[in-house]
Amino acid sequence: MNAELAAIKTAAETALAQSFAQARKLLPGDDAVTARRDAAFDVFAREGLPHRRVEEWKYTDLRALMRDAKPLAAPPDTAAKARAKTAGALVRDVEARRLVFVDGAFVAELSDLANLEEGLAVGSLADALTGGEAVLAAHLGKLAPASDVAVALNTAFMGDGAVIRIAAGATIERPLHLLFVASANPAATFTRSLAVVERGARAMLIESHEGPDGSDYQVNAALELFVGDEAHVDHVKLVGDGADALHVATLAAAIGARARFNAFTFTAGGAVVRNQLFLRFDGEGTVAGIRGATLIRGRQHADTTLVANHIARDCQSREMFKSVLDGEAHGVFQGRIIVRPHAQKTDAKMMTQALLLSERAEADNKPELEIFADDVQCGHGATAGALDDELKFYLMARGIPAGEAEALLIQAFLGEAIGGIEHAGLREALMDQVAGWLKARGGQ
Amino acid sequence: MSLLEINNLHVEIDGKEILKGLDLAVDAGEVHAIMGPNGSGKSTLAYVLAGKEEYRPTGGEVRFNGNNLFEMEPDARAAAGLFLAFQYPLEIPGVATMTFLRTALNAQRKKRGEAELSTPEFIKKVREVSGKLGIDQEMLRRAVNVGFSGGEKKRNEILQMALLEPRLAVLDETDSGLDIDALKIVADGVNRMRAPGRSFVVITHYQRLLNYIVPDVVHVLSHGRIVKTGGKELALELEARGYAQYQEEAVA
Repeated sequence: MNAELAAIKTAAETALAQSFAQARKLLPGDDAVTARRDAAFDVFAREGLPHRRVEEWKYTDLRALMRDAKPLAAPPDTAAKARAKTAGALVRDVEARRLVFVDGAFVAELSDLANLEEGLAVGSLADALTGGEAVLAAHLGKLAPASDVAVALNTAFMGDGAVIRIAAGATIERPLHLLFVASANPAATFTRSLAVVERGARAMLIESHEGPDGSDYQVNAALELFVGDEAHVDHVKLVGDGADALHVATLAAAIGARARFNAFTFTAGGAVVRNQLFLRFDGEGTVAGIRGATLIRGRQHADTTLVANHIARDCQSREMFKSVLDGEAHGVFQGRIIVRPHAQKTDAKMMTQALLLSERAEADNKPELEIFADDVQCGHGATAGALDDELKFYLMARGIPAGEAEALLIQAFLGEAIGGIEHAGLREALMDQVAGWLKARGGQ
Repeated sequence: MSLLEINNLHVEIDGKEILKGLDLAVDAGEVHAIMGPNGSGKSTLAYVLAGKEEYRPTGGEVRFNGNNLFEMEPDARAAAGLFLAFQYPLEIPGVATMTFLRTALNAQRKKRGEAELSTPEFIKKVREVSGKLGIDQEMLRRAVNVGFSGGEKKRNEILQMALLEPRLAVLDETDSGLDIDALKIVADGVNRMRAPGRSFVVITHYQRLLNYIVPDVVHVLSHGRIVKTGGKELALELEARGYAQYQEEAVA
């Protein structure tokens, strides 16, 4: 047995190794792609699943949380596709071009591929891998950190995903909606998507994940997003997975000069969720808003881990993450802002706030600043606490019942983050989602 | 029977007795002023009537319109027609004033078994009421009291009162921190609402407010009890001679 496999010891790790041995030749791509998969798998083989002694995974011990590794999902059958037709209800009212993935596989007949706007090209990663398309050589694996085990597993097993290219100067008015649906099979999916938004282009990407309760399926999704100079890109991700699902996802983005970039992560579903954001500010004068809202209860665990790496000067970033935790839920936020030596005049402010609705809920906040430039404005703040009794009393003294008063305050709390989304329809859809969550909470 | 009847009320905060056997009866349509030095229990009385949790009644009773007030949650008291204008109105970031007002009004109506107001009906009503009080529509679009001046916050309390049309309004030092113009606006708002079926308890440290809201009855509160009751001239006497004599009486 080779020494590199010493880290593989849990049932999940063993199953992943077996799964890879069986699948590596069957997964799409030529020998070069297989070599890339092997190299990525070696990272996993050396490290094993991340655990609490790995600093970046301190609060989300995947080795403990992942009891087993599910078999790779089979291509979706007719029944799975039929069920997927009703997916996307959360953003039903948002007019968007849908690209639908069922159990990790692109389903063209459920997707909206007609009348593509000029400058927009969309395709599937499986096709690109099989066809050896040039876009992959230039972009695949360029942003997602190869040393991260979640990314490594994604690269090793990537089966399908979206490949999107928006030509320089094109304005794509209609949001692109990457809709990932899990069917009832407790299987594992590894999707890898690429989005290249060229200079001066405008686009909005919605990425949603959903699936049924009662199935402990496993999602590992990654998106590498290239934002060109002077481009304007919004990315909104919605984690609405089933109550028993494991969701590990990575957004890795490189942002050019004088660009506008907004990212929002909304987490309400899943049993164990890890949202990773690796953002790199490569060009000067860019303005970015990185926000998120998490609403969890029961025994849900949701971790958002952000690394904002300021390489170029004169960029402004605002990070705001809010979480509402009920029951025995565990919310984690780790945010690191790095300001490299040349990134003078960086203006970065990070705020993270947790609202604990129950005494058994837990919030862990770990903000970090690493600053190597001397002329910057950076700051962070973190709060965690219960609802303000004084405010609640004020509302009740005006005749608003306790439950409604709490709901109003929670909506206001999250509204501050959700309000940063530029698309009005999405803002409303998320506030509706919050209202629904609160209603269900009141009805418990 | 009076609209508000307080008999031998004792209230503790953190184990310390603040109200020590307070009696008060307010009839429908009357305006009562409660005056007293700092620390006499004025704000405690206001909060215990509204139902603030830390203010724990340990003896006596309060009947509002015949019902035991202590058996009602704060929102039920409000729906039954009790209103407290806060001395320090709270800021609620993220909740638009309009949303707040509408939620409050409709919650009360629902509790009383009345139909909730539709958005157009509500907007019409708010415009009408805020117009009379000289309140800028722009203020209504902002988050509740966030960034409001002291005067705006107090005016917002009066707007809420005017909109909710309570049977009994308790004004807790509504005059504190107001300049004379703001004071007149607030007093004018109260005076417009005076009606045969509606009562007011005006809590204040100074006589000044009572030049504009003329009370029917004036009480002196000292060391947790009403120690003297008189007509509106009692306020003038207090202004001239101070509270010293009542504080001594209460101690003795």
